[in-house]
Amino acid sequence: MAKLTFKEDVCKGCGLCVSVCPKKILALSKTKLNKKGHSPVELTKPEECVGCASCALMCPDCVITVER
Amino acid sequence: MKGNEAIAEAAIRAGCRHYFGYPITPQTEIAAYMAKRMPKIGGTFLQAESEIAAINMVYGCASTGRRAMTSSSSPGLSLKAEGISYLAGADLPALIVNVQRGGPGLGGIQPSQSDYFFMTRGPGHGDFRIIVLAPASVQEMADMTRLAFELGEKYRMPAMLLADGTMGQMMEPVELPEAEIDPADVVKGKPWAVTGTQMKRVHNIVNSLYLKPDELERTNIERFERYAKVEKDECLWEEYMMDDAEICVVSCGITARVSKNAIVEARKRGVKVGMIRPKTLYPFPKAPLMAAAEKVKAFLAVELNMGQMKEDVELAVRCSRPVATCNRVGGMIPSADEVTEAIVALAQK
Amino acid sequence: MAIVFDKPKALTDAHLHYCPGCTHGIVHRLVAEAIDALGIEGRTIGIAPVGCSVMAYDYFACDMIEAAHGRAPAVATGVKRSMPENVVFTYQGDGDLASIGLCETVSCACRGENVTIIFINNAIYGMTGGQMAPTSLVGQVTQTSPYGRDAKTQGMPIRICELLASLDAPAYIERVAVNSVANVRKAGKAILKAFRTQVEGKGFSLVEVVSTCPTNWGLTPQKACQWVDEKMIPFYPLGCFRDRE
Repeated sequence: MAKLTFKEDVCKGCGLCVSVCPKKILALSKTKLNKKGHSPVELTKPEECVGCASCALMCPDCVITVER
Repeated sequence: MKGNEAIAEAAIRAGCRHYFGYPITPQTEIAAYMAKRMPKIGGTFLQAESEIAAINMVYGCASTGRRAMTSSSSPGLSLKAEGISYLAGADLPALIVNVQRGGPGLGGIQPSQSDYFFMTRGPGHGDFRIIVLAPASVQEMADMTRLAFELGEKYRMPAMLLADGTMGQMMEPVELPEAEIDPADVVKGKPWAVTGTQMKRVHNIVNSLYLKPDELERTNIERFERYAKVEKDECLWEEYMMDDAEICVVSCGITARVSKNAIVEARKRGVKVGMIRPKTLYPFPKAPLMAAAEKVKAFLAVELNMGQMKEDVELAVRCSRPVATCNRVGGMIPSADEVTEAIVALAQK
Repeated sequence: MAIVFDKPKALTDAHLHYCPGCTHGIVHRLVAEAIDALGIEGRTIGIAPVGCSVMAYDYFACDMIEAAHGRAPAVATGVKRSMPENVVFTYQGDGDLASIGLCETVSCACRGENVTIIFINNAIYGMTGGQMAPTSLVGQVTQTSPYGRDAKTQGMPIRICELLASLDAPAYIERVAVNSVANVRKAGKAILKAFRTQVEGKGFSLVEVVSTCPTNWGLTPQKACQWVDEKMIPFYPLGCFRDRE
């Protein structure tokens, strides 16, 4: 059981988190743009998240808060 | 006491406990004195790897609200210019001593006043000034050291003691202030200092970067409003035999002392001559010169350069009177006779 | 559920101005985590360089000073000598630390100043638009080495950790990278250790962080991380070069 919270407007859509997610359940939004014009990251299958925090660790902008 | 040593001891008594410097003739006595004294009183003497490092150590130390100083001689000031500009841009007080020698380039090691333009116009890139004090005795070396710290802190700007090599090497009796300033007191009343937030306030930032042009313009204008106060309130000068003078000598440092002898001699030869000796070069005492211009028929700038302060005199009197020069350069100092002859020649024109 | 990962307190709420995927943000966070872990924010003074991280003073919540290009180690020395009980760190890029400020860097290390230097090596000048750095690799194409860095005319890249490890005084020198989760974890440990080295009064500590510059390398952030593995780390081997326990 884990929960990710995203500060969506801080995300620059760099995708570093996406590339390191062991479950491959992160993706850059195909439908949304945030305030800064970036496609922010989204969790595609929240139920599969194990809360390993790899995404948060690689995020240069402290977008992700991880609860477990 | 030697002039250079008087500076060092006066700085310590003014609560300075941090000296950063690099050896260069003819000011090394300051460093040597500090090297001996600072470890005994819990202070810092640090021989830096370069003039550039030394001034940046001063920048770091001054950021914490301490009284920090460095000293050097002309070629060293070229290197320190970067750091002085940053001190000015970050509104940090600090004491910089320049015991001038001849230039340009490596020049020589004998006395000079050839950094006059360089120091009085804001030594470094950007639009700024620093307070520049010009001592003409060992006593003034000591007094002006404390004054430089005080003025620098009052207006949050770097202050310089601009001496010529003679002043540094000269030995004279000196009366040092008995009341010593506690180094713990000098950090008080500086809310801008970076001393650690103690988790009790928002962080302080010592900085000179303003990427928004309107902000940078504002900081420049605010700074020059402070400079205007400096120019209004902090000019220092000495008048000598000016009451009936028809010729006014303008000179500072060692040449002012030579000029005094020359003035006495010239008066024996019937020339009514006096002197205005600027003790602050920035702010430059324009008002007394302007007032003198009403009475005298000519000015004579006596200096150890090719005629630099001369231009400030011309500006001060709006070129309303001729300004002649009597100067020697390269480490040469005009004799009293040379100055006397220049005075007499000017009177006869 | 409990929060297991959040933004460290020693970072302000300011949004970082860095390009998407730039690893400066990761290193900022690691520094802030170390400050949090040691509980030293209130007595820490950071010194920002000139370069991409010039505005680091806005991002760290501790007191900050902005230094002239390359002079941060000298400024740090001035601060530390005034307040030995405070924690002083500099954050500098490769142009700042290894080129224009090399003299200040080596001299600060040589004196064994009890300060911590975080050195970002991304083999390029980022702020000015991608010029050759002292750490640019041979063959690396930059704005000022458009045909690739030529060792004959432009010399070889400088290895700062190895250079400083030749000195007697430094207490702790380590090179890490931030191009993978495992490397970020190791980098965090090294940065924490560097600050602890200072807090314990052991002397000079420096952590070189092999970083990326996706924008000026012309690579995606992911490809840039791969390039670190393929090109940077072979020339800049990771590891500890000095650990004076």
